[in-house]
Amino acid sequence: MERVSISDKAIEVIDELRDRFGELMFHQSGGCCDGSSPMCFEKGDFKVGGGDVWMDQVYGCDFFMSKDQFEYWKHTHLTLDVTPGRGSSFSLEIPMGVRFIIRSRLFTMEEMESLKPVMTGEEYLEADAK
Amino acid sequence: METLEKTQKTVERPTFKAQYDHFIGGEWVKPAKGEYFDNISPVDGKAFTKAARGTKEDVDKAIDAAHKAFATWSKTSAAARANVLLKIADVIEENLEMLARVETIDNGKALRECRAADLPLCVDHFRYFAGAIRADESSISEHDEHTVSINLQEPLGVVGQIIPWNFPLLMATWKIAPALAAGCCTVVKPAEQTPTSLMVLMELIQDVVPAGVLNVVTGFGPEAGKPLAQSDRIAKVAFTGETTTGRLIMQYASENLIPVTMELGGKSPNIFMKSVMDKDDEFLDKCIEGAVMFALNQGEVCTCPSRILVHEDIADEFMKRVVERTKAIKMGHPLAEDTMMGAQASNDQFEKILSYLDIGKQEGAEVLCGGAKADLNSGLENGYYIQPTIFKGHNKMRVFQEEIFGPVTSVCTFKTVEEAIEIANDTMYGLGAGLWSRDAHELYQVPRAVKAGRVWVNNYHAYPAHAPFGGYKKSGFGRENHKMMLDHYRQTKNMLISYDKNKLGFF
Repeated sequence: MERVSISDKAIEVIDELRDRFGELMFHQSGGCCDGSSPMCFEKGDFKVGGGDVWMDQVYGCDFFMSKDQFEYWKHTHLTLDVTPGRGSSFSLEIPMGVRFIIRSRLFTMEEMESLKPVMTGEEYLEADAK
Repeated sequence: METLEKTQKTVERPTFKAQYDHFIGGEWVKPAKGEYFDNISPVDGKAFTKAARGTKEDVDKAIDAAHKAFATWSKTSAAARANVLLKIADVIEENLEMLARVETIDNGKALRECRAADLPLCVDHFRYFAGAIRADESSISEHDEHTVSINLQEPLGVVGQIIPWNFPLLMATWKIAPALAAGCCTVVKPAEQTPTSLMVLMELIQDVVPAGVLNVVTGFGPEAGKPLAQSDRIAKVAFTGETTTGRLIMQYASENLIPVTMELGGKSPNIFMKSVMDKDDEFLDKCIEGAVMFALNQGEVCTCPSRILVHEDIADEFMKRVVERTKAIKMGHPLAEDTMMGAQASNDQFEKILSYLDIGKQEGAEVLCGGAKADLNSGLENGYYIQPTIFKGHNKMRVFQEEIFGPVTSVCTFKTVEEAIEIANDTMYGLGAGLWSRDAHELYQVPRAVKAGRVWVNNYHAYPAHAPFGGYKKSGFGRENHKMMLDHYRQTKNMLISYDKNKLGFF
């Protein structure tokens, strides 16, 4: 069972961004203003570490969240979607007039039992280097 | 929530230019790539002007202008710098009504808030720092009869300041006023949702501020904000925003070994002790208003009191009155003088808030009021309006833990003071908090135990220039407001002087 899935509209945006920027990554933000939204960067531009959790790979992009935030999110399934809008932050899609957004639902008990394991950002970096 | 049945009486809409350029080196400068983007008003979802789409070339030009100006501005007397700030304050005051209307169109907030809070606070902050820099003194100490140490504060240099969209003019003021007072020159990047009101202000003060001291470049975060934060020619970055971008900016700053100030949001607890209901008097009335403060600025405040913690013995009766007061909030056209709550700042914010209303319900939180978008008519159908919403649930729910940045609060109960403190601190954040009580001991002890940079005691959402503001934990670090801000834009030059004619005797 995957933790993060993706909408068709988000796939189109990722395709377009990947043509321009190459491989991409996501980091779920928390906090003020444009927080609580997923941020899209060129892969490696945002440095993950031991304080992050690698949650899943979605349409070829690694998806991270800070460890303490994940504690409150881990029982929910996320769908990476996109909405028209003028977000701020450094997320790459913003000049396109769209913004990535997360839609959430609760995992069922059966789903909870078949979830893929997560790893820390540090473990991810080691695995990615191999 | 009430739906408008007939058009509300609104004040006259301000006029805007077709487009606004960057303000660099005291001049209006077209974007290097020649592109502009639409600025959409949250009031009706329609574009009302365009902003320059800045890129690295524009940012570099602004940094050049700031460095050129720094040579003289850093040596300009405190009295002269203070006079510039005082003139800015006077200009804002003289144009307060026009700027308030501009801010409403740009951001979507109700006009009455711009008039009563945003703009008067801008005026006061500029005046405060004009006064602070005049009264500021360095320190000196005599280490022994021959040795004197002088600590002088020197401005950091050219700074980069990235402004959020929730209080576009006020948040710009919070950053610009202390930087200029301290003798720094600045390159400001307003948020792309609200790039216009600061430019309207710049038109008014362009002849007041010496060329290059204050430069404003508009544009998108990845295109204009990022090159500003990454530049190795700035001495500091001040940022208000969210955690991921905050970390990214710190990462860039670490590459250049420069300091940063981070203001990254919160999930502020608003605690109501049992004694608030000991009497049904004006203080209880104030407490109920204090709980409804979550709707101020449509909840788009990093210190939004988005968690209500109320003693279980009074919870039912207290919340009944809070819900009643919340339902009395008049939504409507932000330019109407009787509108109490306006539009969310952008469509993606609107969608994000709706997604939180959805997950809140899925997690089993009870909706005490609101819980959906507000369908307003009379030309506002495409604006971004949300009903003020109160959830009831427990502190582990996502709506209790994540900053929704909308008119949404979540209430839970506690049995003891210790439990109230435990729940209040069970959050990643620590920016604001509120404590309401009639008990003199609680009034001191509870705020001390809450891990937050600002605890309002028997009040909420006051932002005087004279009180330092900033976060604990993942709400960031560094402070804004208060004269201590001067030292966030300065470094210390220590002159260690020997008045002894005799050698040490070592060599």
